[in-house]
Amino acid sequence: MTKPTVYPEGDDLQKLLSGRYQKAAIWQFAFLGALMVAIIALMGLIYNVADGAFGFIVYEYKTAPSKFTSTPLNELSKAELLSILNNELSSGAYKKLDNEKPLTKRGQAELMELFMERLVRMDVKATYSLTDSLFSADRIRAEVTETYPNAIIEFRSWLTPQFLTSPMSSRAEFAGVRTAILGSLWLVGISILFALPVGTGAAVYLQEYAPKNWLSTAIQTNINNLAGVPSIVYGMLGLAVFVRWLEPITSGSMFGVVDSNGRTVLAAGLTMGILSLPLIIINAQEAIKAVPNGLRQAAYGVGATRWQTVWYHVLPNALPGILTGSILALSRSLGETAPLIVVGASTFISIDPSSPFSKFTALPIQIYQWTTRAQSEFHAIAAAAIIVLLILLLTLNATAITLRNKFQRRW
Amino acid sequence: MENLNYAITTKSLSIQYGNFIAVNNVDMNIASQKITAIIGPSGCGKSTLLRAFNRMNDLVPSCKVSGEIYLDGENLYGKGVDPVEVRRKIGMVFQKPNPFPRSIFENITWGAKINGYKGDLGELVETSLRSAALWDEVKDKLHQSAYALSGGQQQRLCIARAIAIQPEIILMDEPASALDPISTLAIEDLMQELKQNYTIIIVTHNMQQAARASDFTAMMMLDNDGSRSGTIIEFDETNKMFTNPNDKRTQDYVTGRYG
Repeated sequence: MTKPTVYPEGDDLQKLLSGRYQKAAIWQFAFLGALMVAIIALMGLIYNVADGAFGFIVYEYKTAPSKFTSTPLNELSKAELLSILNNELSSGAYKKLDNEKPLTKRGQAELMELFMERLVRMDVKATYSLTDSLFSADRIRAEVTETYPNAIIEFRSWLTPQFLTSPMSSRAEFAGVRTAILGSLWLVGISILFALPVGTGAAVYLQEYAPKNWLSTAIQTNINNLAGVPSIVYGMLGLAVFVRWLEPITSGSMFGVVDSNGRTVLAAGLTMGILSLPLIIINAQEAIKAVPNGLRQAAYGVGATRWQTVWYHVLPNALPGILTGSILALSRSLGETAPLIVVGASTFISIDPSSPFSKFTALPIQIYQWTTRAQSEFHAIAAAAIIVLLILLLTLNATAITLRNKFQRRW
Repeated sequence: MENLNYAITTKSLSIQYGNFIAVNNVDMNIASQKITAIIGPSGCGKSTLLRAFNRMNDLVPSCKVSGEIYLDGENLYGKGVDPVEVRRKIGMVFQKPNPFPRSIFENITWGAKINGYKGDLGELVETSLRSAALWDEVKDKLHQSAYALSGGQQQRLCIARAIAIQPEIILMDEPASALDPISTLAIEDLMQELKQNYTIIIVTHNMQQAARASDFTAMMMLDNDGSRSGTIIEFDETNKMFTNPNDKRTQDYVTGRYG
């Protein structure tokens, strides 16, 4: 008895199969195309940033170094620099610098910076991007000798160790991001310290304790929506609540700090904390939902209360997932600019933040500030600051991931 | 039946999830220090019934229980009775072994500590593991992870964990169904030893297991009226149930003609 031919055989089968494989190949290509778009966008970003942060600069000296010493610049020793600075700086300026940090304790590179900044007074005339510097070097040299006959052309990386350790300055050549980095770290620290416990607690309550009625559904919907609210709205909230209404606390006057107002790193940190809160709550809820129910049953089965089950079993099990979510929140705290502007980040501040009640600035603010200036040198250091921001972000993410893996490895 | 002590009895017990009645009108008397098996086809409500004894159904929000369960003369579902207390007196072993992600030692001591155990923890661990026939296999690795044990060992650890809080009754929800035949026999031997000190109620799919291991058997089946709620259609000594049952449906089930 022959089998009824319900499925294609032979040639028909080949046709069907090749049709299926073709369709699959098209979709695979489309997915690859999507990935390529993402990769190109990312590489474009990195290229753009790197292009601005390295390149030729053209500069002149207001006072030639030879007027101060006959030794060539790259052979100046620390001792010589110290003596030059001692002789040539006004006693007032010398004392001020010494008070900030004793000159004898500063490194050779730092003293060189001071020498160049205060005495030689290097004046940048033009900057060029990395691609131009690499591919049109001759054209640039010709242009420069025409326009600035006395100037020196040098290849410079704007991202240097000095850039990281110097405070702000009104001169692009000597400005650094130290205050901004510290400000950003303070912000991230305060916001995580606030948002992680509060968010996790809220998520625990919503998942383990709240009865499933219309009220908890309404609350849940609202939290989900809040995650998408534009950050500037949170900035305005922070301004009204933390900077104005809670001024006694955020300015520190309640704790005896004088001469301060609400525009402190504490107010900004709390604002960023509230910004991250919906994200952390949603993520923590997912992590708690993912805890296998058998674990809860085992705990209840030996006569545990709900609190004991949650604290000793559910939360530890959900912790890796909660930490992963904190990475996303961290990124938001580090990168959002609009709320910080509203809450009152200082645009020019050269003193490092030393307490929650200090004035502050942050990396995104700094970058924004510098990109709005006309001179191209400021765009160059903005690009360098962007690189710093990206590296900081990667480092913080790596820390959070390491912590998560440490907790995950336990059993 | 000889004059038996009843450890726990149910009266008109019904359990429903929302509007769906899962278990309908059960009256059962469970003999003390004996093994009672609840058998029946899949989905007839055996596990639901078992979980009513230690109020685990309370964890499901839509679950409503009517009727009474009496333990030592007290209604477990009476007003003001704390489920946490009930679960200390009635322990449970689950179908899939679920030790805590901790060391073997901590698995046993955690339940004891939260219930305020005041004695020597090391002794408690040894006694519980011996009672669960696991001591010799793990005595040198008490501080290793419970997850490193085999399935059969993990289940025995869960039994030890249940015993550690010194319950009166141990509920077992298909404890061997996820295990190989050798571990299954080990668990059944264990049950015979445990019944000297505890009353055991076991839900099982495995009729041979019920016939081998239990003293009494309850046959549970879906009602004939098409409502999909389960009820006990016969309850008797195991020997009688399996050789000469009263109800024809029981006869069909135990001889394998159905289910």
